[in-house]
Amino acid sequence: MMKISDYDIAVVGAGHAGCEAALACARLNKKTIVFTVSINSIALMPCNPNIGGSSKGHLVRELDAIGGEMGKNIDRTFIQSKMLNVSKGPAVHSLRAQADKNDYSSSMRQVLEKQKNLDIKQAEITEIITDENNKICGVKTATGIEYEVDAVILCTGVYLKARCLCGESITYTGPNGLQAANSLSASLMKHGIEIQRFKTGTPARISFDSIDFSKMEPQYGDERITPFSFSTDPDDIQKEQVKCYLTYTNEETHNIIRNNLHRSPIYAGVIEGTGPRYCPSIEDKVVKFADKERHQVFLEPEGIHTDEWYIDGMSSSLPEDVQIKMYRSVPGLENCRIVRNAYAIEYDCIKGKQLKNTLEFKNISGLFSAGQSNGSSGYEEAAAQGLIAGINAVRLLDKKDPVTVDRSEGYIGVLIDDLTTKDGFEPYRMMTSRAEYRLLLRQDNADLRLRKKGYEAGLISKEEMDRVNEKEIAIEKEIVRLQKTNVSPSEKLNQILKDHKSTPLTTGITLEELIKRPELTYADLRDIDMNRPGLSDDVIEQVNIGIKYRGYIEREKRQVDHFKKLEKMMIPGEIDYDDVKSIRIEARQKLKSFKPESIGQASRIQGVSPADIQVLIVYIKRILNERIQ
Amino acid sequence: MYYTDTIAAIATAAGNSGIGIIRISGSDSIIIADKIIKSKTGRSIGLCDKDSHTISYGFVFDENVCIDEVLVFLYRAPKSYTAEDSVEISCHGGMYVLKRVLDTVIKNGARPAEPGEFTKRAFENGRIDLTQSEAVMDMISSENEFSRKNSIEQLRGSVKDMIISLRGKILDECAYIEAALDDPEHYDLDGYTSVLDKKITDMIKDADELIDSSKNARYLKEGINAAIIGRPNAGKSSLLNMLLGYERAIVTKEEGTTRDLIEEKISLDGIVLNLTDTAGIRSSDNEAERIGIKKARDIAKTSDLILAVLDGSEKLNENDIEILSSVSRERSLILINKNDIDNRITAEDIKKYSEADIISISSKTGDGFNELKDKIKEMFYTDKISDNKQIYLTNLRQLNSFINARDSLLLVKNAIENKMTEDVFTVDLMDAYEELGRIIGESTDDALADKIFKDFCMGK
Repeated sequence: MMKISDYDIAVVGAGHAGCEAALACARLNKKTIVFTVSINSIALMPCNPNIGGSSKGHLVRELDAIGGEMGKNIDRTFIQSKMLNVSKGPAVHSLRAQADKNDYSSSMRQVLEKQKNLDIKQAEITEIITDENNKICGVKTATGIEYEVDAVILCTGVYLKARCLCGESITYTGPNGLQAANSLSASLMKHGIEIQRFKTGTPARISFDSIDFSKMEPQYGDERITPFSFSTDPDDIQKEQVKCYLTYTNEETHNIIRNNLHRSPIYAGVIEGTGPRYCPSIEDKVVKFADKERHQVFLEPEGIHTDEWYIDGMSSSLPEDVQIKMYRSVPGLENCRIVRNAYAIEYDCIKGKQLKNTLEFKNISGLFSAGQSNGSSGYEEAAAQGLIAGINAVRLLDKKDPVTVDRSEGYIGVLIDDLTTKDGFEPYRMMTSRAEYRLLLRQDNADLRLRKKGYEAGLISKEEMDRVNEKEIAIEKEIVRLQKTNVSPSEKLNQILKDHKSTPLTTGITLEELIKRPELTYADLRDIDMNRPGLSDDVIEQVNIGIKYRGYIEREKRQVDHFKKLEKMMIPGEIDYDDVKSIRIEARQKLKSFKPESIGQASRIQGVSPADIQVLIVYIKRILNERIQ
Repeated sequence: MYYTDTIAAIATAAGNSGIGIIRISGSDSIIIADKIIKSKTGRSIGLCDKDSHTISYGFVFDENVCIDEVLVFLYRAPKSYTAEDSVEISCHGGMYVLKRVLDTVIKNGARPAEPGEFTKRAFENGRIDLTQSEAVMDMISSENEFSRKNSIEQLRGSVKDMIISLRGKILDECAYIEAALDDPEHYDLDGYTSVLDKKITDMIKDADELIDSSKNARYLKEGINAAIIGRPNAGKSSLLNMLLGYERAIVTKEEGTTRDLIEEKISLDGIVLNLTDTAGIRSSDNEAERIGIKKARDIAKTSDLILAVLDGSEKLNENDIEILSSVSRERSLILINKNDIDNRITAEDIKKYSEADIISISSKTGDGFNELKDKIKEMFYTDKISDNKQIYLTNLRQLNSFINARDSLLLVKNAIENKMTEDVFTVDLMDAYEELGRIIGESTDDALADKIFKDFCMGK
């Protein structure tokens, strides 16, 4: 058998996780090979044609801060962009861009192709190979070639034993008819990895010239476009944008669905996998929210060089004949022609609790897993994991400490922690409410929070890091100046206050106090703030938020201090929970099954009580002490 | 020494000692003690300036009300059990007084200690040898188990319902806000703030009522009125003596206003009972006795709890039957006394006349006493013994959590008034939700995400 030993790291899969993982490894000077079942599916967007959105936009900005590619790639290929929730608090502002799917994929493919140290290979991986110490040493392709590597990153997405369902019709393929990977699951299970079955779905694509847009409401992008990447100059990306459209389902649509529910594979019991609740098929919506008279349907172009439009809000696994009737009952779609049918897809994924927070398997050294195959959903969630797995595979080979993100540092940390410390029973999607320190983890300060991680990993240059440090200093300096600057009531000031419906002053006050008022901003006080330095918009934004949300931000910072304390208490890997007699049985079983790395992680496992944690802390102190002696 | 928050708890076993000790530990313990312990006339006794290992004499004041006459033991770090600044207040026993003193300590800045927390601190500060760690672990888990059982036992049904409902309302609002933030194209928040403001105001009002009634609960101040009735020589007085024997800490003892009624105040694990021993009930021609019997019947009618005593060594007679037929099922207990002598009354005999619960006891040997005590506690915590249907929390830690939850709701109201954005409302709302969960022993985990997915149609 032929063995190839040219590479340090193999990445299995070239979707959004695989691309980030492969790029990170190669950029950190590891000879890397990325395998894909089809060279045409690199960075494929098989479902929605957008990047970002609520909380997902946060993930992309964080990924960009650490040195990932997704943010830059969408900045190159978007066709409409919008900051969501601008009327709400800064913590929930979220950027979302419509992508030209084709451009997105080919642009990312070019980045991979041009990347030094990185080779792309079209091949299906069927086996992972480990040595007698349960350390990874290679992978094997379907054609029988063995690649000897020191680390493997699984980014298999929805391809493991995938099957697509459209009513009674079942095909054993990945998305878009792409070849499924049918052998790797068995190899993983042979290595003791636990597998589960999930499902997700996608709506139909409809031909542009069969849509009557006059019956729909147009949806526009922002006038001033905000880039995803901290490295993109906003001036470089202002361009003409496409329109999306909004229409609604109606009672007729719902009747068609209700009358054909028995033909839906989910309701007929054909589907075994668990689907996500947050991304329900139109069947689910009609059944679960029976009292809703209509559901929103967004029409979004798949790109500017194609006629295909994506029907956001109507994913389905009903048979084709029902789909045609169902879509045609929607205003504007009366004469629509379906280019691609909606379908549901089922696939194998691993149980996330088997992974460390570096995304390395706890029981197989050198084997990592990232993306949808860890039980998440969404391009952004996948990419974020890919980056972290890539960085840490390199750290492992270099025998350096891991670079990880915890729950208090970023959504990436929340995502990975949730995946690895909870029993996931459905594909996991990010939400801002999952982040307990949401006011600290804003999309606007992702660079301040995470650039240093990227710098530490080696993906961020010294100049980029210096820029963030300077920004930080400028923000602090300006806040101190505002705290120290007193203004006394003057006609000019009180006129400004009156203009903003703010109470006029009778005595002196600091500028900070004025900015704290909900009706005033930093910019409003320009004319009475004589010594104001010239600052960039992003510094001003941070100053404004820092002052207005001070109370909440400080409170969350205190909570973070407590959180960090528990997070830093590590649990020795060889701990024998049966020896900790005072822990309740339920908690002991959970701890044995999850093998948490820190007390913090242990405290988040369902079924482990605060008292169990206290007992565990005492126990660990004792065994560490015994070890010293 | 670094700053530690200050914890407090009753250090002596519940309910059966002449004196009781409140232990306080943490950086503010001496300051707190100094705030509440004063001279008889309310002047400072200068605890803050006292040396370590000194004993001072004073009175505990809750604002201007003197609660108890006490001795204060002062320990300065690191020379204390926990190696932190600590104070022990030696009070006169009786759960009522101890609870009030602890309540005052907490009101002035301490928080109720978690199970095993003093020992844990001692351990962490190196006061307990690592070889004793096994014992420390055992203690944490057993104290936790005890406190968990105890607090669940002490949560009355009506309060639990109220907390579950309040918690549900809070989660509803969070789920709505979060759904709208997560999916702004499907759910909007226009005009929502004023709706929330009104709802929060109502929630705070309900919460304030519960806090108020918990602090002023009649049962805490005055106790549950319990009447012992029965025909002459059924063993009423000996039952009273048995109950008094259990609780040696008698709060007050006063003669009845007439020679026919004797009142005693006792505490059963924190529940204060005003026991009234009545004259034996029987048909009588004697004028004085008739008046006494009428009084007994009146008392029985107005009592929160009736203990009907039968003489088990004799068969039921017509006087017994009259008593059995007259007592309510809900708030009465039938006690078959003298089971050490004979058992001539069966449950079936009684069932013909009354459906109230029956307990077999001996006021001479003390047999059945624990069952009686548990039964009274159960009736109290399941609201069978009514207190004008007022609801209140009896466990201090639970009350403390509830107050924290109310304070979080006040912060939401404050945020609304300061025109903060909706995303910060959920911070405090979820804090309140979590604190309330602590009271009923439920964790938060994925409750919010579950609720959003259940109630809102999200996503693509």
